[in-house]
Amino acid sequence: MSRIEVLKTYKIFIGGKFPRTESGRFYPLKHNNKIIANMCLSSVKDFRNAVVAARSAQGGWATKTAYNRSQILYRIAEVLEGRKAQFIEELETQGIAKSKATQEVELSIDRLIYYAGWCDKYIQMHSTVNPVSGSYFNFSVPEPMGVVAVFAPEDSGLLGLVTQICSIIAGGNTCVVLASEHLPLCAISFSEVLATSDVPNGVVNILTGKIAELSAVFASHMNVNALLYCGSDSNLIKSIQVLAIDNIKRVIVRDNSDYMDEKYENLHYIYDFQETKTTWHPIEQIGGAGSGY
Amino acid sequence: MKQYDFLNSPTIDQVGVEDRISRITARSIKKEAKMHGLLMALNMIDLTTLEGADTEEKVKQLCYKAHHLHDAIPGLPTTAAVCVYPNFVKIAVNELKGTNVKVASVATAFPSGQSSAEVKLLDVKMAVDNGAHEVDMVISRGKFHSGDYSFVFDEIAMIKEACGKDVRLKVILETGELGELDKVRRASDIAMYAGADFIKTSTGKISPAATLPVTLVMLEAIRDYYYETGIMIGMKPAGGISNSKLALQYLLMVKETLGGKWLTNEYFRFGASSLANDVLMQIVKQKSGIYQSGDYFSKV
Repeated sequence: MSRIEVLKTYKIFIGGKFPRTESGRFYPLKHNNKIIANMCLSSVKDFRNAVVAARSAQGGWATKTAYNRSQILYRIAEVLEGRKAQFIEELETQGIAKSKATQEVELSIDRLIYYAGWCDKYIQMHSTVNPVSGSYFNFSVPEPMGVVAVFAPEDSGLLGLVTQICSIIAGGNTCVVLASEHLPLCAISFSEVLATSDVPNGVVNILTGKIAELSAVFASHMNVNALLYCGSDSNLIKSIQVLAIDNIKRVIVRDNSDYMDEKYENLHYIYDFQETKTTWHPIEQIGGAGSGY
Repeated sequence: MKQYDFLNSPTIDQVGVEDRISRITARSIKKEAKMHGLLMALNMIDLTTLEGADTEEKVKQLCYKAHHLHDAIPGLPTTAAVCVYPNFVKIAVNELKGTNVKVASVATAFPSGQSSAEVKLLDVKMAVDNGAHEVDMVISRGKFHSGDYSFVFDEIAMIKEACGKDVRLKVILETGELGELDKVRRASDIAMYAGADFIKTSTGKISPAATLPVTLVMLEAIRDYYYETGIMIGMKPAGGISNSKLALQYLLMVKETLGGKWLTNEYFRFGASSLANDVLMQIVKQKSGIYQSGDYFSKV
């Protein structure tokens, strides 16, 4: 008797759980006119719930030691390595050649390692002691902005997504990500990797759906601190920039070119979502006996 | 009035209660009805601070917030009351002079209720003498569990007497320590027959605090008491109600169990500290269409 294959239901990822969209809607994902999966068509409310999860996770994630954050990112890479075959197969299902798919998965793992390495170093690289006139010790350090909403690159379902997510969370931010509309499978499988890699619930939340439906709420939500768009639709860029004004969200636009390129291993991707905090400290209370700054 | 035997309090069908609740939580309240409910909920909040770390300044800030919920929106209601420890009553009364916000004080060795009658009476006297409009007492759960219902009844009656006619008494059952719903019902009956003006679920110090099932049982006890005596008793779920959706579900339950007469802050309150901000954020969202952030609302 032939066996009936058990197919996976691709759900969304909010606060460490895998709910279906509250709207109950879906869209068929096709390749070569064949339906390969039904994806959740996430609603505004799903986004709202994801922001609540991301906000409540943010404080705890940012106050973990940098070293621990680094370990967790490394752990994601380890778990992804163990599930390489599944991701390669998934990319192939979506129409990517096997050799290209293999390269994409391997590079995704390496990119995680790259950003894992920066977790406990980027602060030192960007901190300064500032010369001031007066008996103060004055220093500036980067701090995470908070919750970042991300429109993941449309044409790089895994590598592009991983690159953006890991550079954001390496810096102590949490994020809500809208996966690529026509390459969403790996995004949901990647959230299974995140869920089993000691990443605290809510640090990364992944939705699937249509950017046209969700861009306005991504850009206008007052509890989102920054916005990342990977693409080149100039009308969309303009509209999200306008909507982001209310709470002066930082809007970062990155072009959507070849994610295999080494330029995506970029320390400045971390700084894009950092604020600089400058502190004035009376010298008398910081120096050891007899020392001066 | 005929003597009520508390051993004969009705028993509760837990499965039935849960089924009723699951139907209430499945409903959605939108648009105008939601806006109406949100404003109503704001006006029913007992804005509460009951921390060991409370200071005069914190109580003052809380009082200010009670009648300036979010000045960016004109025409918002005030909260129903502020709820503080007895030693802060005087300050709260002073701060709220000229407003219609009442001052409620917890008393009777809150939250455990483990003390002598003398101490509890002094506690109440202090609150009342300082001008509290409402007193929230706790019942002796230990005595209740030992089956000493007369003790619990007499104690409530004694505290009500100490409150006098003008000060309304809320009786906290601390349902999280009572266990099954049968006991919640029995404790509700004892409290109402002993003279409570309000029955209240919890102190907020024990988990679980207020839940929908427990509140439903208490509302039904209030309804039966009303049929029996014609007296309207108030209800106050407290603790754990921190979002608007849940608050609206409570209002829905009150309306459907007791009717519209109970939908005023004379007869229904929420004991909460963080609910107000969530309701405010929802109101701004309803008006502007934009999801809000706690960063732009007062933190008190």
